Amino acid sequence: MRVVIAEDLALLRDGLIRILEAFDFKVVEAVDNGPALLPALVKHRPEVAVVDVRLPPTYTDEGLQAAIAARTEIPGLPILVLSQHVEPLYARELLSGRGGGVGYLLKDRVSDVAQFVDAVRRVADGGTALDPEVVSRLLARGRPVAALTARESEVLAQMAEGRSNAAIASKLFVTEKAVSKHISNIFTKLGLSPSDDDNRRVLAVLAYLDAAD
Amino acid sequence: METKSWVRDGIHAVAGGLLAMLLSITNLPLLVLWLIALALSPVAGIGLIALPFMTVVLRARIDLQRRLAARSGVQIPRPYAPRPASAPPGGWRRYRWILTDPATWRDIAWLVPGAIIGVALGVVSLVLALYGIEGIILLPLWLYLGTDWYGYGLFWPIESFSEGLLALPQGVVILAVGLTAAPWLRWLDARFAKLLLAPTRAAELRLRVAHLTVSRADTVDAQAAELRRIERDLHDGAQARLVSLGMTIGLAEQLLDRDPEHVRKLLAEAREASGAALVELRHLVRGIHPPVLAERGLDGAVRALALSLPLPVGVEVELPGRPETPVESAAYFVVAEALTNVVRHSRARTASVTIRHDDGRLAMVVRDDGVGGADPRGGTGLRGIARRLAAFDGTMALSSPPGGPTVVSMELPCVLSSPRISPSSGTV
Repeated sequence: MRVVIAEDLALLRDGLIRILEAFDFKVVEAVDNGPALLPALVKHRPEVAVVDVRLPPTYTDEGLQAAIAARTEIPGLPILVLSQHVEPLYARELLSGRGGGVGYLLKDRVSDVAQFVDAVRRVADGGTALDPEVVSRLLARGRPVAALTARESEVLAQMAEGRSNAAIASKLFVTEKAVSKHISNIFTKLGLSPSDDDNRRVLAVLAYLDAAD
Repeated sequence: METKSWVRDGIHAVAGGLLAMLLSITNLPLLVLWLIALALSPVAGIGLIALPFMTVVLRARIDLQRRLAARSGVQIPRPYAPRPASAPPGGWRRYRWILTDPATWRDIAWLVPGAIIGVALGVVSLVLALYGIEGIILLPLWLYLGTDWYGYGLFWPIESFSEGLLALPQGVVILAVGLTAAPWLRWLDARFAKLLLAPTRAAELRLRVAHLTVSRADTVDAQAAELRRIERDLHDGAQARLVSLGMTIGLAEQLLDRDPEHVRKLLAEAREASGAALVELRHLVRGIHPPVLAERGLDGAVRALALSLPLPVGVEVELPGRPETPVESAAYFVVAEALTNVVRHSRARTASVTIRHDDGRLAMVVRDDGVGGADPRGGTGLRGIARRLAAFDGTMALSSPPGGPTVVSMELPCVLSSPRISPSSGTV
């Protein structure tokens, strides 16, 4: 699987390359600044891009802006954004475009290599990978999710992070059937229309959680 | 030596008196032109331009007077209100700024009396000096010999050759009196100028407010920049190293079964990375508040700093107690910055730091034997020092002639806490 990486700190850039190559990704280009990212993406059309939020020259949210611009240029281009801190605001901006294939994770998550690689694959396949930190902050905003049972809240959080039914089931040690049941309960309680498509489902949940009160 | 400097001071004062007289001649025309400009104010087109222009000329003239006064040791600060931020030339706001400033009217009020006093005092010192010289060169004697009527000093008219000859000692006395009186006359002129040209109490307070506004804004800016620097250092340094550490360990975990030899290398790498992260954190902490400063105060911290520099630095600290923590920290960082400048720019072989507390002021002097030529406007270091000091009402003076030596003198007003009874009096 071909990957483009954007990360300005050489230490982390090398670490990312090493991890991804150990799991049979091919890093076709690794850039260290914002302006170089878009041309690299247009040139290589990678199956997924892993992008740091903060890049030179401005050291602000250059990477995020470049990712959003790239997705307007190449619709549906899967991009996983990494950052040393997460902001629900940035998640909203990333998710507001159409289509899936978006991830937003804390850099710390990379150290759980298996999960990180799983997230990269999921994003490459058009799925979503949202950091638990973002999800918990969205849940903490106190939209009416109080009606959910404890187990349903857990499932909701897992779903919002972008996991499939099977992944949720294995994580929570329940059957996939039980997960489907919880999910349909959640959708009923929150008044969302059910959807079979995993990704559409996640986006609906996130849109619900993220809706301005 | 004494006589020489007395003569020199006298001559300078007489010359100053002459200069003051010449300058005074411009006072009346200036007053008239300024009043004409004021009268032209309602005229469209030039109204709003003429008066501000004449005021610039007027203030330049008054500034010369202030410099003359400074030569006699009388400091007259400029009292003018600071120009409003958006007051383009020719605009109403600039016009109003000038007209509503009481200092403008006090300048105007000084012009005529200032000229009269200036000319009068200047004439006295000049006439005394010239009359003394006239006697010394025995001009009265030659005139007596040439014409039949001339007088000098006590003899009106001179009636004999010996009376003419006596002009010499009389001239010496008169010149001596003139040279002695001249500096005093200059001082009198300056004192009179100060009455009207120095800031009033209200203007002084206004200037103080303006100064504080600037120094507060600078302080806020400096603090914001400092926080930003710390955030950047953490983000790019320790935080990134910890992430990388996590990556390495994570990868090692994945490879544990497949490739144990590679894992061993990864773990060694991880240990090094954790060490590097700690070093970076330590550096960062030192940049925020050095632990040795907290533990040993200014004396110990400056000594510790001096030891870490690549040139010998003599440290002399006489402090009977410790300043307040913020002042202490500011004092440490300005000394550190000054020493950094020495290392970076001076090419000095040795340097020295002296710190003492006198008269409610903490005086810090950093000296080096380098190439000199430091310019406070050039380096951000020196500006940073001035800004840090200004936050605590401190000041910096720089002496750095080309060829050196460079001396940076810094002062901070502060009180010292009573000295600690015993350095080992437990944890605080």
